[in-house]
Amino acid sequence: MKRSTLSMLVLFLALWFAFSGPAAANVTKFTFWTFIPQHARFFDVMAEKWNELHPDRPVELESSVMPYDDMHNKLQIALQSGVGAPDICDIEISRFPNYLMGVPQLMPLNAYFEAYIDDIVPSRLGIYSKDGNMYGAPTHVGATMAFYYVEILESAGIDYREIKTWDDFAEAGRKLKQVHPDKFMGIAETSAAWTVTAMLAQQGTDLVSEDERPLINTPEMLRAVTTMQNMVKEGIMTTCPDGQPDTEGGKGFIDQGNVACVIMPQWFMSRFVDEMPSMYQKMAIAPMPVFEEGMPRSVGLGGTGTVVTNFASNKELAGEFVAYAKLSEDANRMIWEDMGFDPCNTALWTDREMTHNPENRYNQYFLTNAFDVLLEIKDEIMMVRSTSISPTINQYLTTVMLNELFEDLLDPAEVLENAQYDIENQIF
Amino acid sequence: MTRIRKFLYNQKAAPYVFVLPFVLTFLIFFVYPVLTTIRMSFQEVLPGMVTNVGWKNYQRLLGDRIFRTAVGNSFRYMFWTVLILIPMPLVLAYMLNSRLMVASEFFRGVLFLPILVNVVVAGTIFRLMFGELPGSFMNTVRAFFGLEPIKWLRQKETGMAALVLMACWRWTGVNILYYLAALKNIPLEMYEAAEIDGANGWQRFRHLAVPLVKPTIIYVLTISIYAGLAMFTESYMLWAGNNSPRNIGLTIVGYLYRQGWEQNRMGFASAVGLVLLLVASIISFIQLRITGVFGKERD
Repeated sequence: MKRSTLSMLVLFLALWFAFSGPAAANVTKFTFWTFIPQHARFFDVMAEKWNELHPDRPVELESSVMPYDDMHNKLQIALQSGVGAPDICDIEISRFPNYLMGVPQLMPLNAYFEAYIDDIVPSRLGIYSKDGNMYGAPTHVGATMAFYYVEILESAGIDYREIKTWDDFAEAGRKLKQVHPDKFMGIAETSAAWTVTAMLAQQGTDLVSEDERPLINTPEMLRAVTTMQNMVKEGIMTTCPDGQPDTEGGKGFIDQGNVACVIMPQWFMSRFVDEMPSMYQKMAIAPMPVFEEGMPRSVGLGGTGTVVTNFASNKELAGEFVAYAKLSEDANRMIWEDMGFDPCNTALWTDREMTHNPENRYNQYFLTNAFDVLLEIKDEIMMVRSTSISPTINQYLTTVMLNELFEDLLDPAEVLENAQYDIENQIF
Repeated sequence: MTRIRKFLYNQKAAPYVFVLPFVLTFLIFFVYPVLTTIRMSFQEVLPGMVTNVGWKNYQRLLGDRIFRTAVGNSFRYMFWTVLILIPMPLVLAYMLNSRLMVASEFFRGVLFLPILVNVVVAGTIFRLMFGELPGSFMNTVRAFFGLEPIKWLRQKETGMAALVLMACWRWTGVNILYYLAALKNIPLEMYEAAEIDGANGWQRFRHLAVPLVKPTIIYVLTISIYAGLAMFTESYMLWAGNNSPRNIGLTIVGYLYRQGWEQNRMGFASAVGLVLLLVASIISFIQLRITGVFGKERD
């Protein structure tokens, strides 16, 4: 008995020394979930940079890239049940409010953000906050802009720089139709609400009120959707495969040269560069049209907040790392240079060396520079509210309401009344 | 030791020991979740914050038009799958069972194959087949007949047709297998006797085969009704997510999933689930009553 105990002990010690090298002891491993492959790549680069700066506290990421719905649903179940949650996770803005309901199972990151906060657009931090606690690190501003297909517009005698209002836009569309009857001026989305939301922001309103009630049957909304529906009826705007630009079908539709103008947040630039090769050196960027000149010409849309969950293995380090990886100047440069997004650190927007770098592949792709436009509209970028009822509103708009408006061409006033009722019924 | 042995050889205790595994799994994996779901359906369930809301979830369900759409879709799907997947496989099985059939083994295998295809793969393939671009498979078929391409998965009727077609493609083989097993049990002498009595092919099928496989038909009907009402994955895969345009592919379970997981309303989702359980139970009860299964047990 005694001898076997001793030999077990010796074996155990031998194994202990064999497997616990001094180098491996320090590395903190974090599991990281995301739904965008580029984000996983970005975080790997930021982890390397972090390790260079902090050789005493190195981190290593185990990234899992999952489909959008799967990742969000899995995270929800993991946080609700307290089992299997990752340390660090990306959450898309339209789903974010779900994770703030009840007692958020996410770590407040205020202490870690403090060092960087002065440079960051405050509203972008606000959308991932609750009761003064900041839970998510933003990626970009997502300012909406217009991407014009210059060649085709010029062939119809249209100068995109002269399109200032939606009336100009419709007029250009009519001109375009005469020369290219099979082309369209723009896309009326049915599975996303980019243009509609931007049109609301122009009129100083939103999908949800300050006291968290849905604002669907409003005169502003009616004006927005009627304007778009009329253009669909006239053949100026069209619905597209998969219902919106940022989908396989949508990108294919644009890449085939079917649309003369795409209204999307700035981050859509990266999709052009990565997935629409035919439009290389054919697209120009400009501020989007408004109802009346003088209205704000942009709104920040889309986004991903990176969070640290309450179940993280080393919360302090995770918090510090996330803050560095998303909010530091290094990070903000990378967000533009690597991913092609408009960084939340707007001070960088004037850094011409970075913004006008001729080597940059995003700059090479487009005929005009995105930051020239961003600086022009900088003070006009509105922000949307993100509240606990936002996921419900967004879901209803993108499955029912916009389809009824732009596919079935039903009466807008009636559609909006029904939408208001259906959404309220789900919420209250 | 002796006490354990005594217990094991006890004739009174033995039956209970034998049914214990089933009873335990039934209690843990069915009764307990159902009871918790009933409790949750009267609550608002959020992490670290559970509040009782009384009948609010059910009240909301009553006025919910999207839920009605989901119920409508589930019922229409169930109706069409039952209408096709009960008689068609029976006829096919009867043909496969016939001595006149050539290569019946081969056809049985071919018809059974689709169910081996994962529903995720099948859904993806059907989604591509029913694509809205002119180059998609189904639109090429239409073009062959000189018809315009249509947006299959954006219209209520064609979307449902795609769902039903996929269900038929996948499940025909399985139902054939059930029916074949039953048909094989009918002795050949009975067919011969019927033939001698002057029964023609149709009469032999209608008055001999069908009554004798009736228990199997009832079984297939019962599971088909439930499967139809509880369908979710097929729709989820066909529309690449739970969000079909105008909710044309939304089912009851899809709505439960949307409310519970996508919008974090577990309490409301529980109410949806219980309504599904209730509806499925009532229909199955009526159906078993009409087909006389309960009556038989009483005799």
